[in-house]
Formats: sequence, structure tokens, C-alpha cells
Amino acid sequence: MSEVIVITSGKGGVGKTTTSANIGTGLAMLGRRTVMIDTDIGLRNLDVVMGLENRIVYNLVDVVEGNCRMKQALMKDKRYPNLFLLPSAQTRDKTAVNPEQMIKLIDDLRDDFDYILLDCPAGIEQGFRNAVAGADRALVVTTPEVSAIRDADRIIGLLENYEMKSIHLIVNRIRPDMVRRGDMMSVDDVMDILAVPLLGAIPDDEAIVISTNQGEPLAGTDTPSGQAYLDICKRLLGEEVPLTMPNLSRGLIYRLTGFLRRA
Amino acid sequence: MERIPVLRKRRSGEIACRRLKFLLITDKTGIAPELLDMLRHDLCRVLSRYMEVRPEELEVTVTNASLREDTGLLPVLYTRIPIKSLNGKGIL
Repeated sequence: MSEVIVITSGKGGVGKTTTSANIGTGLAMLGRRTVMIDTDIGLRNLDVVMGLENRIVYNLVDVVEGNCRMKQALMKDKRYPNLFLLPSAQTRDKTAVNPEQMIKLIDDLRDDFDYILLDCPAGIEQGFRNAVAGADRALVVTTPEVSAIRDADRIIGLLENYEMKSIHLIVNRIRPDMVRRGDMMSVDDVMDILAVPLLGAIPDDEAIVISTNQGEPLAGTDTPSGQAYLDICKRLLGEEVPLTMPNLSRGLIYRLTGFLRRA
Repeated sequence: MERIPVLRKRRSGEIACRRLKFLLITDKTGIAPELLDMLRHDLCRVLSRYMEVRPEELEVTVTNASLREDTGLLPVLYTRIPIKSLNGKGIL
């Protein structure tokens, strides 16, 4: 039984592609046969984050249009025997594929994989509808910023309209030091506002920039974000992993002095 | 006072939460926060004829649509009005 997970956010630049790459890598590390599909037609990025950009021959649109067989377009990640990428097309646009074609494409992969991850484009137009159409569950990525959370709320509303069975939240780029001094919304604040269960929180981590520069996902490495991504993967597999990142809530002193900030 | 961080006005994280709550109400219902403020003000005036309420404690919110079979989805207005005192207004 395979599970199809769409990774979405509404707003661009909050870390959908990084999250897709790292969850894909983490699941493969944990022994699950995983394929990542970049559904952002015209603006493909997942190949670059994965470091596989130089090996692309065929892409998603080629498969949909019948220019090649699925097996020819699926790129095997040499670092992890269980990990595959179906890259997007760079020279076409979102209208090249429709939701029915996406559903069929995903159904063709279900027998061969445990997890099918869909990296969704930003926005709420056809690219979003394509990505969401075939998904069993959704992960909404947001950062602790007003604009990103507003868009996440809108996306959650749309996912509910699509009758998405399961919606979970990933809060990205948390800075515990700023949360502690009250200058960043905490994970609890974000959860209160969005009212969606949390799958995990990723700290703002320099290692992410380095990993993206190198084209090597860091899930499972000895970095704060690498561990946070691996924890998310374990939770996807049904393991109960406690949130280990320190200071996700406001500090004790901040809470004790709350009365000074009223009015 | 401004120099002591704890006593500084409001932290930006709190400001973000507050702005978001208003923003999402506006997004979902199309009702601007100013309109709710006006409603709050008017409610307070009317209520003050009958009982003593603190304007600053009166909460007015429009929440997500509620489900009704006949009309479909409708927004719902909720108010929470703590009464300071019923005395002195000829009720109790």
C-alpha cells in the first residue's frame, strides 16, 4: 500500500522543495521505497536541491504525453537505493498537465513505491490543483511569519474543500532564541492560529544553506535540521517521536513577566 | 523603562499573532476589523444602559462558518461580555 503525500504551502520560499527533498531522503534512509515528483512545471527546483540536475533526460510532461515510459523518466538517486525522482519540465507551463493526468500518473506508481511525495508549486492555480488531485494526505509547510501563515490558512481551507483526508503542519525556520525573547511566533502560536495538527518543526539552520549549495539533502545528518527532518519521517511511519527542539515555547521568564505586557 | 527589555512595549511575536488573528477573520468573513471595533463600541453603549461593562473586556469575534442544513455555511458572531456590576442600574 503506497501513500501519496503532497507538500504544499501557498506562499513561495517557505521551504516546500527543501522539505520534499529531505522527507524523501529520510524515508529512503529508513528503508521505504520513495519517489519524489516535482509538480512545479516551468520552474523545476527539486532536481537541483537533490543534486541530480545534470542527469535529467525525460521529465513529468514527457511521461504524461507518452514521449517516454515511466521507467525512463524516473531518476535513481545513487546515494540511496530506495530513492527516485521524477523531475519536472522546465520549458513548459502548468497547463501542460491536468489533474486527471496527474491522478493516472500517480496510480501507475502506486504499486512500485511505499511513498509518493508531490512537491507542489506555490500559489493556488492549476499547479496546485494538479498536485493536490492525486494526494492521500497533505503536509502544509509554513514559517512563523504573518504572510506565510495567512497563506497556509488559505491553503488549509482549500485542502478541506478538496476533502483531503489528513492535513498536517510543518513549521519551518524556527529560531528558538527569537521565540524565547518574544520576537518570533512560537510553534504553539502557529498551531493555535491554524488549528491543524503538527508533524514537526524545523529550526532555522545554516546547514540547510550548505546542503542546498552542495545538492545533498541533510535528513539524518548530525545537524539540528537533519534530526528534525528524520523525526518527521519517523512520525510519518507512525512512530511516536517527541519534539526535541529546545525552547519551542516561550521562555519561563517571558511567561512569568506576561502581566507586565498586558494592556 | 524602554531599556529594560521586559518592560518594552509589546514583543513583535505578539504583534504578529494579533495581526494574524484579525487578518484571518477579515479573509474568511470579509468583515474588516474596524467594523468589529465599531460594533463593539455600539454594543458597549447599549449594554451600559442596563449594566456596567468594561469596554476593553468586551470581545467580539466572527468565527468560521457553521454548518446548517437549510442555508449551508454561515458565519457566526460571538461575543463575550464580562459584567463588572449589575448594581446601581436598578436591576438587582
